[in-house]
Amino acid sequence: MLQQAFNGLVGGAFYALLALGLAVIFGMLGVVNFAHGAFYMLGAFGSFVLLDSFGVNFWLALLIVPVVLGIAGVLLERLFVHRLAPLDPLYNFLFTFGLALILQDLVKRGYGVQSQPYPRPSALDGSIDLGLFTYPTYQVFVLAVSVLVCGAVWVVLTRTRVGMIVRAATERPELSRALGIDVARWVTPVFGFGIALAGFAGVLAAPMRAVNPLMGSDLIITVFAVVVIGGLGSVFGSVAAGFAVGLVSALGNYYVPSLSQTLVFILMAAVLLWRPAGLFGREEAL
Amino acid sequence: MRVLGRSAALATAGALLAGCAGGPGGGGGKISDDRLVLAVLTDQSGVYADLSGKNAVEAVKMAVADFKAKYGGKAVTDKIEVISADHQNKPEVANSKAQELYDRKKADLILDVPTSSAALAVATVAKNKKKLFIDVGAATTELEGKQCNKYTFHYGYNSYMLAHGTGTGVTKDGGKNWYIVYPDYAFGQDMQKTFTTAIKGAGGSVVKSDPTPFPNDNFSTFLLKAPGLKPKPQVLGAMQAGGDLVNLVKQYNEYKLRDKGVKLAAGLMFITDIHSLGSDALAGTRFTDFWYWNGNPGNRAWADKFKAKTGARPTAVQAADYSAALQYLEAVQRGGTDKSDGVVKQLEGAKVNDAFTSTGTIRAEDHLLTHDAYVAEVKPKSEVKEPWDYEKIVSTIPAAEAFQQPDPSCSL
Repeated sequence: MLQQAFNGLVGGAFYALLALGLAVIFGMLGVVNFAHGAFYMLGAFGSFVLLDSFGVNFWLALLIVPVVLGIAGVLLERLFVHRLAPLDPLYNFLFTFGLALILQDLVKRGYGVQSQPYPRPSALDGSIDLGLFTYPTYQVFVLAVSVLVCGAVWVVLTRTRVGMIVRAATERPELSRALGIDVARWVTPVFGFGIALAGFAGVLAAPMRAVNPLMGSDLIITVFAVVVIGGLGSVFGSVAAGFAVGLVSALGNYYVPSLSQTLVFILMAAVLLWRPAGLFGREEAL
Repeated sequence: MRVLGRSAALATAGALLAGCAGGPGGGGGKISDDRLVLAVLTDQSGVYADLSGKNAVEAVKMAVADFKAKYGGKAVTDKIEVISADHQNKPEVANSKAQELYDRKKADLILDVPTSSAALAVATVAKNKKKLFIDVGAATTELEGKQCNKYTFHYGYNSYMLAHGTGTGVTKDGGKNWYIVYPDYAFGQDMQKTFTTAIKGAGGSVVKSDPTPFPNDNFSTFLLKAPGLKPKPQVLGAMQAGGDLVNLVKQYNEYKLRDKGVKLAAGLMFITDIHSLGSDALAGTRFTDFWYWNGNPGNRAWADKFKAKTGARPTAVQAADYSAALQYLEAVQRGGTDKSDGVVKQLEGAKVNDAFTSTGTIRAEDHLLTHDAYVAEVKPKSEVKEPWDYEKIVSTIPAAEAFQQPDPSCSL
């Protein structure tokens, strides 16, 4: 039972990392980034390519891939998203959606639809005795790293001046602008950061999940549900909801497997009935 | 009605033209429009693109080349074309593409068609148009069961073969208690049923079976549950395919279930899946295969030719595509006609002996190709001597046992 709950948290770690990026991007730019799943996939593929063609190991990939994707995110924001932002939000929605399809198809063309092999780093092979039960080391590592990253982001957001600006601009962009904060200056780095987080999650996923072009699109629907449950634009809400959804789907799988596919959406519906703006969202933000 | 009228007119015109032209082939004039068109209707970018897809087209082209080389000037015609189309694994797309191939592209035969729902759609078109269809990639037994028809043949494998190969084989080898996890859609549900029947038939029992979300990337709940079930299952029967199977196996290894006494058996696995996971991840896993490129010198010789053309090792499905095309051409040659009824007559009961199988018979009762199947085991990395050589054939299931008896509900 406890083991199952722990399990859910590991699954939730991916949701949390992805939802966090999605939430800051949505909050600050008002862009629902449909390409987020594709960048997660590129993160996993990036580490595969680094290993396969250049012999670069997992640890370096964990650094290189997010940086490269972060830069790509910055370029993307400057070249496209930025220009579409003043128009109807539908434009950016369609742009990111199309981008996701293009990225997916390019990878499909290059590598086919079969999953690519990616071994677990040898240092994380084996399992750890957690007292009540033993658990695969790699999974514990994923959970720890994701909590650490989410925590670090949290500290930056709450304890630093930069964080305060970003948080204000994320959760109340209009008001921040009115108070003289130059929101526009922060938009590009935040976008790049969100993409880098998605890539980071992708690298973490490569050793434990199937690395194929569809891995992002399969996951992203759930991540959107997570963001909605947490409250659109709420940074803390997204992370909390990420872990909560992981927990719920793990326990759902255990007790009512046939329902597990819909359970997340039942949860979403229930939350929205109770709090239309999501768990940590603000009503007026709608 | 109009469509039918037009195709009939075209056919007549074609027949007239062919009659006038005479044609250079040995059987000049007997072949409508003086050429044969083999259409490969396949998945060109979806989940089955690697195991059939563009290399299936290459396999069919190899069959045409081998046929021409064998008969030379005596061939019934030397104008044989191979065309292809993408059905995207969707039955409605498969339906309209099949009509287009038969009517406008003048296909004499449609081949391949992975994905059961798409295959059944094409079978209906073939039946209505009285045109030939040989399905290779789909698993459903409906093709030779309730939905069988005179113009449709089923080649390669089906879900019965998978269940009775792996389910019966592993149970008889001592894996009595099973925990089955299956993806919650038509294919998985069907596999769960056929496996349960096979396991019970062999004296085993299914402790529990759980549906899993489809697609799914996190199987840990089910994997953690497995060793705690009562009685403890000796075998985890995974009915997932493609990316889902890869996810499941990666996590199976992380939880070290093999060390906890729960072996893995895969319902449907292709060599491309083993390649994705690396053979160590799957070492010892049993599954049923119906052709293996390094299974014997004959297979290997053909696989070498295939590799020279495509740069890849063929899957069992691609080898079966080659055989299906070759047997069709042989049937046309024997009968001296490409008229559907004439070819069907030649194919019914035909013995198949080629690079795909030496034990094949095309059953006249239900148009299913029966042939030997194999229980295979994935080699540990230490035994893998060259790229893609991942399988060890454990035992051969004779043709008569590998496939089900003809279904009485099929009337051709």
